[in-house]
Amino acid sequence: MMKDKLAKIPSSLPPSGIRKLFDIVTEMEDVISLGVGEPDFDTPWNIREEAIYSLEKGKTFYTSNAGLVELREAVCQYYKRRFDLDYAFMKESLITVGGSEGLDLALRALVNPGDEVLIAEPCFVSYQPCAKLAGGVPVAIPLKAENEFRITPQEIEDKITAKSKVLMISFPTNPTGAVMRKEHLEAIAEVVIKHDLIVISDEIYAELTYGEKHISIASLPGMRERTIIINGFSKAYAMTGWRMGYVLGPVEVIELMTKIHQFAIMCAPTASQYAALEAAKNCDKDVDMMVRAYNQRRRLMVDGFRKMGLECFEPEGAFYVFPSIKKTGLTSNEFATELLLDQQVAVVPGDAFGECGEGFIRCCYAYSVVELKEALTRIEKFVAKKLK
Amino acid sequence: MRKEILGLIQNNSKLAVADLALMLGSNEADIANEISAMEKEKIISGYHTLINWDKASTERVTALIELKVTPQRGEGFDKTAERIYRFKQVTAVYLMSGGFDLTVIIEGATMKEVALFVGQKLAPLESVLSTATHFVLKKYKDYGIILDEDKKDERMVVSP
Repeated sequence: MMKDKLAKIPSSLPPSGIRKLFDIVTEMEDVISLGVGEPDFDTPWNIREEAIYSLEKGKTFYTSNAGLVELREAVCQYYKRRFDLDYAFMKESLITVGGSEGLDLALRALVNPGDEVLIAEPCFVSYQPCAKLAGGVPVAIPLKAENEFRITPQEIEDKITAKSKVLMISFPTNPTGAVMRKEHLEAIAEVVIKHDLIVISDEIYAELTYGEKHISIASLPGMRERTIIINGFSKAYAMTGWRMGYVLGPVEVIELMTKIHQFAIMCAPTASQYAALEAAKNCDKDVDMMVRAYNQRRRLMVDGFRKMGLECFEPEGAFYVFPSIKKTGLTSNEFATELLLDQQVAVVPGDAFGECGEGFIRCCYAYSVVELKEALTRIEKFVAKKLK
Repeated sequence: MRKEILGLIQNNSKLAVADLALMLGSNEADIANEISAMEKEKIISGYHTLINWDKASTERVTALIELKVTPQRGEGFDKTAERIYRFKQVTAVYLMSGGFDLTVIIEGATMKEVALFVGQKLAPLESVLSTATHFVLKKYKDYGIILDEDKKDERMVVSP
């Protein structure tokens, strides 16, 4: 009976591409999983301790809708310090429940029914569904390995229609690890301004870069007023379970997003906000330490896949490698499933992140060196059989 | 480069040179040369294994002894420290600021053995004014490693 009553749009969303794999993995033993999307480090103890202290002091009430003023101020100071961008914390920032809520709010605040949302793919799994839930029409822009998974002005131009309104990008990218340097951002900014698009820039991996420092598209001339920055504490500070995110953007859109947030969420969890405050203020060194460790593992992984004879583009950000498995003649899904059954290593098929991810697999390297080496050995055995 | 090598092998001295080279974006010859240079310069002073002796069910006691020492003309505390650190039972000797002068860490098979050592070898030294012996009852963390920690990967095996 209930089935007939369910809403059409969410019912029509395809299930997440990783669900099936997840079901098989949880039944198996001795699996090395490179399938996660989160750090292996524990949240630094001073951050956890700050949350405990906040509970002891009885800070267990709602905060203001937009989040603790001190936290918003710390976040804006952090963005100034690390990425040289100025935001007024009282009017241009909002604390959200993870970066995910920020994405959802941004789309709901911008999209009218039928508006087209350009999405650079492969990308995080929620962009398309959130665009649809907001009433928009997602339009994929497939990025190419030969462009090092960067988005080019021509690729945007090719998809522009009269209904195009929003462009969603995320660099460094989950799942490819791609980054955009200043010249690449400048090239697309021109097209964005020409077609009067709004950019939702998901910068959740901004701290995790291994070449040049991250540059936000909002820092380019003419872009601040048309960019919404989504970020959070999950990846940089190893705080995924705390669900702490934030949004920076022009006052009008932040106001509207705060309104939606106020009715849907009320406010982000208070203890998490105190923890995040400590992170934003006192943990630059912890971040640097983690980035150094990821970088060492990244080199190990890229080299490992190349030695197997697979093409592997060198990722300069996030904590994923995205090797091509086309040579094996398998689809991403077949590769991931067979590898799991044959060698008990879990990886995520590339097409879970958009159709153009077909032919690739995503491997996370947020694991100890010992685990990574064991995983590479097992994958190599499997690949050797397939390439014979 | 040195700092990065040290950072890695400090926590895992078993890392192969080939892996170090890869992880630091260098080549094996350079890494091997740096390591042997640092060994010669005594920057790398040794390679040890961190053992939780409690688990090895070998009877062993560790004691921390505070010594008050009269410094000697022209030598300060160094001469007395040397007299002490040459005993093989002594695993560490530090010169301290504050209420006493030397910290001496001793390992022995039994408490009695340690107490005898203090009474017969340390206390009688001419420059030693007083000793206070503290026995270690339980080690929770040593050299940055939490002992006896059963660490599981709590993450979900697959997540977006």
